[in-house]
Amino acid sequence: MYIGKFRLPIMSSLLIWAALWEIAGRTGASFIIPPLSRIFARIIEIVPTPAFGDALWITGKAFILGNIIAICIGVPLGVLMGRSVIADRIFLPWVNMFLSSPLSALVPVIMVIFGAGQTTIVLTVVLFAIWIVVLDARAGVRNITPSLVEMARSFGANRFQAFSKIFVWAALPEILAGVRLGMIRAVKGVVIGQLLVSIVGFGRLFEIYSSRFLMEHFWALLFVLFAFAFAINEALAWLERRFEYFAASRN
Amino acid sequence: MTAAVAQKSAAPRAMVEVRHISKTYAGGVEALNDLSIDFAEGQLTSLLGPSGCGKTTLLKIIAGLIPATGGEVKVDGRVVTGPGPERAFVFQDFALMPWASVMRNVAFGLELKGMARSEREAVAEKYIASVGLKGFEKAYPHELSGGMRQRAGLARALAVNAKVLLMDEPFSAVDEQTRRKFQEDLLELIAREQKTFLFVTHSIEEAVYVSDRIIILSHRPSQVSSIVEPAIVRGGGPDQIRRDPAYLDTVESIWQSLKRYLD
Amino acid sequence: MTLITETVPVARQTSFAASPFASPAMLWLLSAVIVCSAWEIAGRYPISPAFPPFTDTMAALFAMILDGSLPKALLITLKPLSIGLIVSVFLGVGLGVLMGLNRFAEWLGSPLFIIAQSAPLAALIPILTFAYGIGLTSKILTVCIMAMPVIVLNSLNAVRHTPASLIEMGQSFLSTRWQLILKVILPAASPVIFAGLRLGCAAGFIGVILAELLITPTGIGDIITYNQSIAEYENMYAAIFAIIVFSVVFIMLLERLEAVMFRPEKRAAS
Repeated sequence: MYIGKFRLPIMSSLLIWAALWEIAGRTGASFIIPPLSRIFARIIEIVPTPAFGDALWITGKAFILGNIIAICIGVPLGVLMGRSVIADRIFLPWVNMFLSSPLSALVPVIMVIFGAGQTTIVLTVVLFAIWIVVLDARAGVRNITPSLVEMARSFGANRFQAFSKIFVWAALPEILAGVRLGMIRAVKGVVIGQLLVSIVGFGRLFEIYSSRFLMEHFWALLFVLFAFAFAINEALAWLERRFEYFAASRN
Repeated sequence: MTAAVAQKSAAPRAMVEVRHISKTYAGGVEALNDLSIDFAEGQLTSLLGPSGCGKTTLLKIIAGLIPATGGEVKVDGRVVTGPGPERAFVFQDFALMPWASVMRNVAFGLELKGMARSEREAVAEKYIASVGLKGFEKAYPHELSGGMRQRAGLARALAVNAKVLLMDEPFSAVDEQTRRKFQEDLLELIAREQKTFLFVTHSIEEAVYVSDRIIILSHRPSQVSSIVEPAIVRGGGPDQIRRDPAYLDTVESIWQSLKRYLD
Repeated sequence: MTLITETVPVARQTSFAASPFASPAMLWLLSAVIVCSAWEIAGRYPISPAFPPFTDTMAALFAMILDGSLPKALLITLKPLSIGLIVSVFLGVGLGVLMGLNRFAEWLGSPLFIIAQSAPLAALIPILTFAYGIGLTSKILTVCIMAMPVIVLNSLNAVRHTPASLIEMGQSFLSTRWQLILKVILPAASPVIFAGLRLGCAAGFIGVILAELLITPTGIGDIITYNQSIAEYENMYAAIFAIIVFSVVFIMLLERLEAVMFRPEKRAAS
């Protein structure tokens, strides 16, 4: 978007939306939309509190643990599926099914088995993140140019060398893309898990704020969460672009 | 060798006049600087030059697809301000609509004009046959080979009955054998259709084989480096042309003049 | 000249994979049998009192289908889902295409949807409940906020990434702006737009179930919540099984439709 010769930064329109929000909040049309300035003041107030720190710590732990599990299972499974037709045919229908199925319906199952606690939330994160990790690792391995594999073989690489020096690196752009998409889903998973469990982490804060009609607090928490989600996405996208150069030179 | 290279002989009426055209891209890349060329009516003129020399840019400016930064282009005496009915474009990557059959693709220019379906399909059918695609009217682009796709692209350009055909490296995405056959068919077509052809290519052999006149462009920003009119007798069929000493000499002399741009 | 049909080589097919035992259908059946037996054994063992065996769950499923309670609940769930999806599809594609065609609209609107796509929008559900109560409206809006971002962004990208040469082609053959949009840009964009609709529908299913679990239990959400509270786990599992199967079948049908409508090359190959 240009004004004359001057190029407006991509996200600059958010300032307009923020101004509109502030005006809407000031008119007092609805208690649901407090002025943006007050929400930001509330963010500064909430973030240093121990309640917020505890919630962030618990949520962060569930998020990171869930992602580690998803990557540690997902990447090897995806590589296996990319290399073996049999494994591919056995697992692919399930992976595709879970990728697009309403996973929120499975959270109650986890909850009745593992109780309303941190374990349930970690498993929810895994459940949301893992399928896209598997699928992208598989796609990465399948996209490796055959000549690269033949090159390794002709230079006498053994199985392990071929795996660690060729497959993982050649498939890295897709694997990273899968990890990024998995993490975006994991953010949604951790929030959905906490909303449903509602006695842990941010879920508990959401419950407290909404039952006491503390709209400014609620929005402040939402904004912090959205900012985290956006920052995670952008950081991983940046990492992904650093590996893009050899994804582009490959096809 | 000089026998084949006739410098700027008097040409018939200029169909396309390029006057002092300059083009600087937004990033500051100067593709063309004060370039002036005439393209004679009823001839096939090739634009030949090192890759990235701005020949495609020039062709798209003549087509009215991109605006020049300076200068003007006249086609048939009128100044170009955008695409016009007297010009038709053949694209390097064919630009066929993958969701449409060959028939609809070829008739597309007429469809945009608002011509009735039966009428435009009759016209399209004729040109589909004339480029050798008879029987493939209902096929989709993905079912055709590269050469056949470009034949469809050519038929589409012919169907709108423009006076000037602008061809942007039409055979570069086609394999060598198909390309040879296509070049031969093109010569026949040129003889049949009384049109002015502007042909961008990076292949010296191709330019010499099909052109009445070859304009060799220098590096960016492009200048006319030299103009060659191959003195080849075209009556004798494709094999004779390729063995004609004049053809071989012209190819060699152009190669010598272009070689210095390679580093 | 002959027709060149594109044949996609199956990657690294071994002789074993080609035998009838290892045909895709057989292997799929085999893995389904393994999973169901594992479920059965885990339920019989039992790994948890809250984990009923496969057979009991299926029995509960058929019982609930036969007494009509499950179909009834499914219809109730489908109401906010279908309304929400219809709204999201029309509004989402409309907004996305508009933003793809107009730089100003893109500058103004796309940041909201880019943020929304990476944000955990489920956290907005309590606010929707405050604003619109615990009725149908909140549930429809939940479906919309989950489904819209991906539909909008796919439509935007599809329109924005129309091949440049196709646009030049349209222009060089003297299309008007409207002809260019209707005859070139939208047809070229429709496969990606439709893929966005499929993803949006999948997200809409997640949304409607969340809404039914978080806002007020209705439909399938009611069966899940109620049976969970009285520890009738077979019924709870059966309801979850049913909604997942339903959504998977629905999404698969959309995929088929996509192949038939937009992929002439795939249609020819199969």
